[in-house]
Amino acid sequence: MDILIYGTVNSIIFALIAVGFSLVYGVSRIPNFAHGSIYVLAGFLTWSFINDLKMNYALAVLISLAIASIIGLIIYRFILIRLRGLPTSEIIASFAVSLIILEGLRMQGIAGFKGFIGPFYVLQPFIGGKMNIFGVFVDYQRLIIIAGGVVVITFIWLFTHYTKTGLSLRAIAQDERAAMMLGVNSDRMAMVSLSIGSALAGLAAVLILPLGNIAAEQGYRVLVYALAVCIIGGLGSWAGTILASFALGFSMITSTAVFGALWENVVLIGTIILILLFKPSGLMGKQKELEERV
Amino acid sequence: MTEKERRKKRFDRSVKVRCEGLYAISSWREMGFLAMPRILLILGLLILPITLDMYWQRVLCIAGIYALLALSFDFLAEYVGLVCLGGAMFIGFGGYTSGVLNAYFGWSPIVTIPIATLGGAVMSTLVLIPCLRLRGIYFAIVSFMLPLFSVYIITAVGIFGSTEGISALDTLPNIWVEQYVIIGAIIVALFGIRRLVNEDIGLIFRGIKDNDQAVRASGISITAYRIKAVFIASLIGSFAGAYLSHLYGWLGLSLFAMDFSILPIAACVMGGMGTLVGPVIGAIILTPMSEALRGFGQLRVVLYCLVLIGFILYKPEGLMNYLERKYHQFERWEVV
Amino acid sequence: MEKEPVLQVNGLSKAFGGVQAVLDVDFTLFKGEILGIIGPNGAGKTTLVNLVTGFVKPDAGSVLFKGKNIKGLQPHKIANLGLVRTFQVMRPYHSLAAFKNLIVPLNSPRVRRTSGGKLGDTDLVAIDILEQIGFERDARVPYKIASSLPLGYLKRLELARCIALRPEVILCDEVFSGLSMSEIASMIPLLEKLQMEGITIMMIEHRLRELFRLADRVVVINFGKKIAEGIPKEVMEREDVKAAYLGTGKRK
Repeated sequence: MDILIYGTVNSIIFALIAVGFSLVYGVSRIPNFAHGSIYVLAGFLTWSFINDLKMNYALAVLISLAIASIIGLIIYRFILIRLRGLPTSEIIASFAVSLIILEGLRMQGIAGFKGFIGPFYVLQPFIGGKMNIFGVFVDYQRLIIIAGGVVVITFIWLFTHYTKTGLSLRAIAQDERAAMMLGVNSDRMAMVSLSIGSALAGLAAVLILPLGNIAAEQGYRVLVYALAVCIIGGLGSWAGTILASFALGFSMITSTAVFGALWENVVLIGTIILILLFKPSGLMGKQKELEERV
Repeated sequence: MTEKERRKKRFDRSVKVRCEGLYAISSWREMGFLAMPRILLILGLLILPITLDMYWQRVLCIAGIYALLALSFDFLAEYVGLVCLGGAMFIGFGGYTSGVLNAYFGWSPIVTIPIATLGGAVMSTLVLIPCLRLRGIYFAIVSFMLPLFSVYIITAVGIFGSTEGISALDTLPNIWVEQYVIIGAIIVALFGIRRLVNEDIGLIFRGIKDNDQAVRASGISITAYRIKAVFIASLIGSFAGAYLSHLYGWLGLSLFAMDFSILPIAACVMGGMGTLVGPVIGAIILTPMSEALRGFGQLRVVLYCLVLIGFILYKPEGLMNYLERKYHQFERWEVV
Repeated sequence: MEKEPVLQVNGLSKAFGGVQAVLDVDFTLFKGEILGIIGPNGAGKTTLVNLVTGFVKPDAGSVLFKGKNIKGLQPHKIANLGLVRTFQVMRPYHSLAAFKNLIVPLNSPRVRRTSGGKLGDTDLVAIDILEQIGFERDARVPYKIASSLPLGYLKRLELARCIALRPEVILCDEVFSGLSMSEIASMIPLLEKLQMEGITIMMIEHRLRELFRLADRVVVINFGKKIAEGIPKEVMEREDVKAAYLGTGKRK
């Protein structure tokens, strides 16, 4: 039973992390390697607002999300926009931005900036305490994560199916040229997708970080998880991302329960390799397999 | 009256035009023109160790390692079309192999380094094979993930010294051997790859980068050639890793550090992607800067990423491309 | 004329999402002939070539090359069996000289196999091939950078790429498109020469007049389906073929 509940929580965590990356890649084919760094940045910003500026929790969260989304926008507008169509440069540039943010957060001694080093940074859970579900004690934060995840996914689904901007995003994702001919501005859509994607990264951070502590190194791990989910689910496929999050979430919890926590990364990379060997377009990949192959 | 405009005109230097193809050996002047940069480079590299003091000689060794990594990144990215975000993986596999062979079996560096070069290359290639059949983005993603996974797995399974690493490995005899080994490796690798990309195999690699469908339609298996290219690049990287473990006499998780993945890329972009010699020079410039900034902690990583982005956005051709262009051409403003 | 079938396509179908690009197409290519594939734009002709040469996986149907099933094989394996294709959108290796473009096919397993390892210097072989198809050596055309060549030469370069593989069958995808009348007039003898050397050619074309000078038979495709097959003269008399190109003209 507890595997079921913790598995679900884990899966939703993966989904929250991956959905922002998947959105950006699906719409503008840009692999946003800075995704993990924005996650961590949002966490630290919230922490700073709460602890250094003594802001109200909710307000801090909202402002951090706004800042995260603006950063996403800036990354596109000033850096990636000049590199559209050059895949090598896009990858290198977003990777570099990621490092600037993550390593920058660990800097010490520059203009009095003390750097976020050490495991001391903790975000408080929204509601303390636990609840008993079917005999398993689950903290409220984890339930909030599940609720948050469902809300986010539903919201995105509604957004992309029923609002004008959302439909434009899907149009660009399906066929960029055709959408442009119908008046959809590809660059603007890319900016929208990047800001939404970054905001999602920030939201994931705010929901998930209270479970543990914040450390800059987590940025890489988060990016790896997002990439893993997207590869397994199929780059650019919605249903695939959700499916893969659940597949990965449950398999990792199960392997921890059966083999011990140390093997979960082996399971992760093992799954990635299996998928790449046997079904490269992912579980529900939009591209046909042969087109995925080179 | 029509407005006068200025525009830049570029001419090839007359001596360059005269040394196309076979005509290059028709006179000393032409040969000199072509040979001089290369001779300068080789002589410069060979003389460098003598002119430096103890501290900087050490730095030169490290710079050499980064230079090899930058060379392999440039080769993969510009001549095969694969962006490798995980140079640390080559260093790690090479370093761990040679270190483990030395620590557990007591073999001397003369034996372990070649074996580790080969072994590291084989391991790296094997791990990357699943994504070589697929589009380039997968290679970038998987190569990024692999160094991180190696760290997780080594920590989890607890082998090879886990988080503390293994120390007291044999080091190379003396500082002169250390330097000249790495400089020799750079020269061999640089001119070797230069030659390779103009041989038939190299042309196939470049064809795969330019237009992979046409290569497939010409009866060549892209996967097979990509495997060859990755193997070649990982030979270079694994050698650097094996050398590193015997330079400091120590191996540990830091062999998989992000540093080894990002600095070569920055060196490449700054030095001029595609020139093969640019990345080497870029590494030789960036490494001392990075060492000088070591006191500032992570600032140095931030700094080279900023340099990288600056170059990508504003001067994407990089230093060596620019210099090469200047060497062969001259520019003049003319009024139209 | 020998009537030995070298390529047999049966019931080939492919749908992309909701669009049925090719539906239930059968035809046979006989050894030594030149077969034309014609039809209005968007009829699925290039998709047909992609299906036959392995670039796209068919949903249904079979493709037999010299009696051997090649459906689902990878493109490079099919090319190595002797079935090669040109690309409609020309993209030579732009930074390389023209003759260097041929190095890639000359290194394929097929060429290695058929030349028995005695190919010699691939550069010289490449220049030789280019000369044979009309790149004047005196004007140093083979040495020019590929991206600087005009379209007529590029089309020939594409053909040379196929010839370098020592093929048995060449599928030409719109080799005449974009060329002037005189350029086409100089390509035609080249194709005839290839036919005389025993190579079977299948040509997808829009320039019907020029095609009919070469083709022995034609197959007409419309909306992914084969609607006619036979000698050019007879096929062009048919009402449905005319309607496919010109429309019916009837108002309802």
